[in-house]
Amino acid sequence: MASAHGTGIKPPARRLTWNDPTVRAVVYQVIALGLVAFGVWYLVSNTLHNLETRKIASGFDFLTREAGFAIGESPIYFGPENTYARAILVGILNTLRVAVVGIILATLLGTIIGIARLSKNWLLAKIASLYVEVMRNIPLLLHLFFWYALITEIMPGPRDALNPMPGVFISNRGIKVPSPTDHFAFDLAAGGFLLGLILSVVVAQWAKKRQERTGLTFPLMWSSLALILGLPLLGWLIGGAPTQLDVPVLRGFNFQGGATLTPEYAALLAGLVIYTAGFIAEVVRSGILAVSHGQWEAASALGFTRGRLLQLIVLPQALRVIIPPMTSQYLNITKNSSLAIAIGYPDIVSIANTTLNQTGQAIEGILVIMGVYLSISLSISLFMNWYNKHIALVER
Amino acid sequence: MTFLKTAAAAAVMVLAAQAAQAGTTFDVVKARGKVICGVSTGVSGFSAPDSQGKWAGIDVDVCRSIAAAMFGDASKFDVVPLTPVQRFTALQSGEIDVLTRNTTLSLQRDTALGFNAVAVNFYDGQGFMVPVKLNVKSAKELNGATVCVQPGTTTELNLADYFRTNNMQFKPVVIEKQDEIVAAYVAGRCDVLTTDRSQLASVRVTQTPKPEDHVLLPEVISKEPLGPMVRHGDDQWMDLVRWSLFAMIEGEEYGVTSKNVDEQLKSNDPNVKRILGVTPGMGKALGVDEKWAYNIIKQVGNYGESFERNVGKDSPLKLDRGPNAQWNKGGLLYAWPIR
Repeated sequence: MASAHGTGIKPPARRLTWNDPTVRAVVYQVIALGLVAFGVWYLVSNTLHNLETRKIASGFDFLTREAGFAIGESPIYFGPENTYARAILVGILNTLRVAVVGIILATLLGTIIGIARLSKNWLLAKIASLYVEVMRNIPLLLHLFFWYALITEIMPGPRDALNPMPGVFISNRGIKVPSPTDHFAFDLAAGGFLLGLILSVVVAQWAKKRQERTGLTFPLMWSSLALILGLPLLGWLIGGAPTQLDVPVLRGFNFQGGATLTPEYAALLAGLVIYTAGFIAEVVRSGILAVSHGQWEAASALGFTRGRLLQLIVLPQALRVIIPPMTSQYLNITKNSSLAIAIGYPDIVSIANTTLNQTGQAIEGILVIMGVYLSISLSISLFMNWYNKHIALVER
Repeated sequence: MTFLKTAAAAAVMVLAAQAAQAGTTFDVVKARGKVICGVSTGVSGFSAPDSQGKWAGIDVDVCRSIAAAMFGDASKFDVVPLTPVQRFTALQSGEIDVLTRNTTLSLQRDTALGFNAVAVNFYDGQGFMVPVKLNVKSAKELNGATVCVQPGTTTELNLADYFRTNNMQFKPVVIEKQDEIVAAYVAGRCDVLTTDRSQLASVRVTQTPKPEDHVLLPEVISKEPLGPMVRHGDDQWMDLVRWSLFAMIEGEEYGVTSKNVDEQLKSNDPNVKRILGVTPGMGKALGVDEKWAYNIIKQVGNYGESFERNVGKDSPLKLDRGPNAQWNKGGLLYAWPIR
């Protein structure tokens, strides 16, 4: 073999010829790239030129102008005197508010239904199947209209609001509940809640390590519950245990004070969660079924109860199958939340649409919407990919 | 819906390119053989499908008059129903030739949006409608109310301005589709519905289960001159749209109606002679047939006929002429002379 170098036989010199597949591939790629670049350039330059000749305003200067319209619900203060930029921020926050809560609730509901569909209880399994088949086959828009109509048409007006318990009022203006007043103790309680969450994670990790070392188990659920509920209570007590709440009262047209769950938010959340849970249930079911039967039998033979079996043996393995399609469902929830516009929930699409209509700057408005959804979706994707890697089977 | 809008935005880029290259709207419309007008998604009296599914209303009549002037046939038109949010993009992109859709003419729209406001075909003002059972007598009593309003309208801005000026609070509920926002109001999701008063009258009569349960508050909180809009830099087209509307208004002023227009051809009034093309010149100046105004009045009727048929005493709305009477009858209608 070594002598091949010395024999003077050189590999044929590379010549640029059309018969060389590498050359052809490169040429095709250059042409394709050129076409795409030309297409983009053509669209952009033509748009700019036309905006110019029609004297249509362009650019993002409008963001700093006064918006002049009001927004129905907002996690931060917003008034007509604020800028378009702040209006768009409100839209982003509203979208996140419904997407995050929707993802959590849909995951819980979907997992329960997915497991229920595999239950040995005939009735439970059939009900879960029925749920999946009905809910995921109704278009989401109809879900939204249904829930919105249900809330606004069936619930009484604010003056005849249902009052199931003191301070809670249900009407077609939404559900009004007492909210904590502006008191130091409530801030402490909120801090306690966050601390409880963090400590629970720390305790869980410590318990896992200890179990690996000594085999001793730790009542993790109870300790976490105690931390998450106990610390806020402690904070509230330290703050002087105030019992004053901001209770909603009917004044004029509507209830004043307290916290509100608006019909728009409630209908959007209900629609998204109930619709997507149908898909998530199937994802969970397929993940569980993907775990080989031998694992079940082996665990049963070792004496695991069905609950422990699911928790310790099946679900961790099922997660590897579940996570990638779950990512798609989470992205769906986020993007589908844009249907909010049909029932008047002020999400980013709704507000950006109003903005682009008031300013006439359609292209900028659509760019804002695209940018926001792209950022949110990519963040979800990145996080889920990281998590997927984290739980993936480590090959040894 | 979102898809539609995204598509509309993409269309802005693509169509804006085409429209600019395809020459002026006037020539494009002439070559196409019909005019395409943007209208509302259904405001009875202004633009809504009638019982036979044909679009009718005072705004549709403007569209028909343009078709009559251009082609001598008022039926050569198509309508594109548009929500408030879609309407401007549709005009900017060239999807429609002219926006005849109860749209308020304002500085911002006349300039930054790249349009030209042509003329006013309906003088309106914003008002409030409330259920009678709320026992509200004045808009000043609306502090704390929940208000239903369509997004992307001048109405939405006036509303915020009015409550700010009067130091009152309100919660808006904004839904884009006319039917949906009215449904939300009727269901009691809001205390108040606000839009132009003529539209409120239309909604009250045609879209509430019991019109007598709803009342318009007396306050008129804004000026809403409604009229057609065209794209910037489309002068010949703008001329035709403007004078088609003015022909209807002048027709009424000089007593020419769809019934008597043939007799009026023999009139000795030089004004009537010029309008009806007996004395030629006007059609040539506009680039259309000399019978342009004759065709408009014959086929569509004069402004008064259109008004009474669609929103006035011959319609369910029963609106008064009010500011929409001729200038010499105490109103604001004042068409520029056809000469």
